[in-house]
Amino acid sequence: MNLGISATEFVSQAKEGALSVEEFVAKTLDRIKKIDEKIHAFITVDSQNALDKAKAIDKKIKSKEKTGICFGIPISLKDNICTAGLKTTCASKMLESFVAPYDATVTSRLKSEDAIIIGKVNLDEFAMGSTTEFSYFGPTKNPWNPEYVPGGSSGGSGASVAALECLASLGSDTGGSVRSPASFCSVVGLKPTYGLISRYGLVSYANSIEQIGPVAKTVEDVAFLLNIISGHDVHDNTTVNHGHVDYVKDIKAGVSGKKIGIISQMIGDGIDKEVASATTSAISKLQDLGAECVPVSLDAVNHSVAAYYTIASAEASSNLSRYDNLRYGFDFSTEGYEFKAFISKARSNFGPEVTRRMLLGAFVLSAGYYGKYYLKAQKVRTMIKAQLDEAFKKVDYLISPTMPILPFKVGEKIDDPLKLYLTDINTVTANLSGIPAISVPFSMSSSGLPIGIQLFANSFQEKELLQAAHALQETSKLPEMSL
Amino acid sequence: MTKIGLEIHCQLTKLASKLFCSCKAEYRNLEPNSNICPVCAGLPGSLPLLNKKAVEKAAMISLALGCKIPGKIGFFRKNYFYPDLPKNFQITQYNAYGPTSIGSDGKMEIEGKEIRIRRIQLEEDPGRLVYEGTSEKTMITLVDYNRAGTPLVEIVTEPDFETPKQVRKFLNVLADLVENIGVSDPYLEGAMRVDGNISEGDGNRVEIKNVGSFSDIEKALLFEITRQQSLVERGIEVQAETRHWDEARRITVSSRSKEEEQDYRYLPEADIPIVLIGNESLDKISTQMPESIIARKERYVKKYGMPAQVADVLSSDRFYSDLFDKSHNEKNAKEVSNIITTDLMGFADTREKKLELKITSKHISDLADSILENKLTRNSGKLALQEMVKTGKALTDVISSLDLGHVSDVGSIEKIIDEVFKEEEKAVAEAKQNPDTINYLVGKVMKKTKGKADPATTLDILRKKLSV
Repeated sequence: MNLGISATEFVSQAKEGALSVEEFVAKTLDRIKKIDEKIHAFITVDSQNALDKAKAIDKKIKSKEKTGICFGIPISLKDNICTAGLKTTCASKMLESFVAPYDATVTSRLKSEDAIIIGKVNLDEFAMGSTTEFSYFGPTKNPWNPEYVPGGSSGGSGASVAALECLASLGSDTGGSVRSPASFCSVVGLKPTYGLISRYGLVSYANSIEQIGPVAKTVEDVAFLLNIISGHDVHDNTTVNHGHVDYVKDIKAGVSGKKIGIISQMIGDGIDKEVASATTSAISKLQDLGAECVPVSLDAVNHSVAAYYTIASAEASSNLSRYDNLRYGFDFSTEGYEFKAFISKARSNFGPEVTRRMLLGAFVLSAGYYGKYYLKAQKVRTMIKAQLDEAFKKVDYLISPTMPILPFKVGEKIDDPLKLYLTDINTVTANLSGIPAISVPFSMSSSGLPIGIQLFANSFQEKELLQAAHALQETSKLPEMSL
Repeated sequence: MTKIGLEIHCQLTKLASKLFCSCKAEYRNLEPNSNICPVCAGLPGSLPLLNKKAVEKAAMISLALGCKIPGKIGFFRKNYFYPDLPKNFQITQYNAYGPTSIGSDGKMEIEGKEIRIRRIQLEEDPGRLVYEGTSEKTMITLVDYNRAGTPLVEIVTEPDFETPKQVRKFLNVLADLVENIGVSDPYLEGAMRVDGNISEGDGNRVEIKNVGSFSDIEKALLFEITRQQSLVERGIEVQAETRHWDEARRITVSSRSKEEEQDYRYLPEADIPIVLIGNESLDKISTQMPESIIARKERYVKKYGMPAQVADVLSSDRFYSDLFDKSHNEKNAKEVSNIITTDLMGFADTREKKLELKITSKHISDLADSILENKLTRNSGKLALQEMVKTGKALTDVISSLDLGHVSDVGSIEKIIDEVFKEEEKAVAEAKQNPDTINYLVGKVMKKTKGKADPATTLDILRKKLSV
């Protein structure tokens, strides 16, 4: 039994009774047991429940009962997406033992289509980071070379899919957190338009810019998951009722006659040579398929990282203030503490990156600085959106490398937050403007490390975006996971 | 000169659910922490869902207070750590970066003085802290989140009051107003809470918090005026500070905490999209507004010739004015207003008694008609009303069960008068000499008939028999 098949392939085989879901899930669990010591993608594995579900689905298929369209796809969820009865830790000591009493909307939608939630995967604490090194439970490693980071913050999602420990995963993308690990782990990762997917049950980090996004081996798989998890939700006032769109249908429409803008600011200085040449190669392959590629300048992008860290930190400082260990959290007696002292003591258990961002956020929101930092960052956001609107009048898509550099070694940049922040330069634009962006695996560096290419489309143009991503995916043949 | 401003927190108690979730807005008398859900308990991953009805109700208050309502309203987070706040921020409204709160720049007139309303904002109430234990050392603090997320409207006035009496009057009128438009029951415990700020001349402003009732805010302000004036007389500067009202000692006490220095780090609440309030929805809300107390009073005076004082009493209470409007007709309006404002309000002189009244408009109109048609004396009418409010029985049943039937036929009254004449020879002789004493004899007849004899007929016959 080949665990390397795509989710789409799995569904077509399971539907026909050509594979046993139970056997597939059992094999997957075995593989997690065998290799996750090296990768550390998982925080929680829900083995028994996954096997029980698989058995039940096999039975339904056999007796020709109505089965959900996932037919038992084993899926991992980033551990900041709530699952009733299963811990949701956010990779933080603060939520070490937190079990949500409810399912996130994406969780319940997946369950109702007979997806199997096989476990919860690692992230940077509260999704703050680009490498998955800032997890309370220790870092996740890149399955292509465990000495290297898998990207982040949804590193567990990227690594678990790449390492064949599940068929797909859901991550969350606040500043590139789905696309960065997708790029570093050679899988597909989508950051949808803000408002396309319900955030109900996603533990907030920067709620005005983040979205849940699917991670999978192929673009079709991502489209398939999007069909299930997207759409208006009564539990999230920021979701948009966009009507029903079938993202899988016509996915092979191609890019012939389409116009693609190459973002000048994302291919210039500071970019790794191999990444640059991969991008050039991707552009020429898209041209071969009949797309017209033109340079596009978005100078507001130069301020995007500063604006992103200002806004995201401000929101984080507010969103994370509820973690005071009074109502839930970790074992810590209130005895002998005055209220304020207790709060400070409890909150000193956040990790370094979260603490850094909460302090930064509290500072930019404090009286006298709001206008100077927060409002200014919001202006940059408006400016970026305006420049993108202008660009999308002329082109159908935008293109850039997902990450400006190749995956780097675990520990290499952990002491230099600024250097780490700058690796987000190509991804934060989509978050600040709300538009969708996808990372497609394109090639491998000479050292055997993955390189991903990023495509953007205008808001709610996911269907068109997935068509272009599919076309790009078909241009390259990438190596299989050997781990 | 004394300058007083107010911040009034008024719960929208007439709503079924909380501001951002479907838990009950009515949290009173429930098992602690039983009226909560992931949203109002602020659990990780939960998102607030705006109760649109709360926006409507807050808009109604804004309209009633003559406020401007902006085309879009938004919400902000006010960040501070406190155990009664499940998220450690309160979702509220904030106008520092442009007017986005539900109302601003309104006014209300109190006894010829205009009180300007600075702003009205919609926000969530925090939970409640319950202190247990006897001394400071053994004291433990319990938190009950049943109230967390209850819809609240904060009304902020300019410092336009000059006396605590004006404040008291304003609060009474405001309470009647929110009750009249059907958004709140201001007399429920904790439904309307008031903070004051007060300064003398050019002196510093002092905030007064923790005041439990309208009469206490008047007392607290009076105390504070005396305190500040005596400081000024002695040449001591008044400190800008927050003081708490100590109900037991009846004084204000410096709270020492530097609340005004706290930085709330306001931040737009991105989980609640901007709400557009178009002219169409404003018109719709306007049509839902009941007649204002002032308009109603005018109508009562103009249409029914009610004395201003009676019209005032009747119009400012939604319950009684509704009862009046439903029970009166062209002919009996005056009688109905008398029954309600003198007899009925007399029986229900407390809020609890008012809530227990088993009275309908039919009771009142039947009663007024019976009195006007001479079937019942006013005295008997009062007895009948008393019985009706207690039992809710129909007037005819009450009349027969209490034997209140009117005696107006001349024959029976003459018979009784003859009996009285026999018993009261001396009084009869006196009445013949001095007709002013005739009322004594009327009284005797009434006593014999238990108040049922028609007074006019009785007087008529007496006069004839005495030839006066």
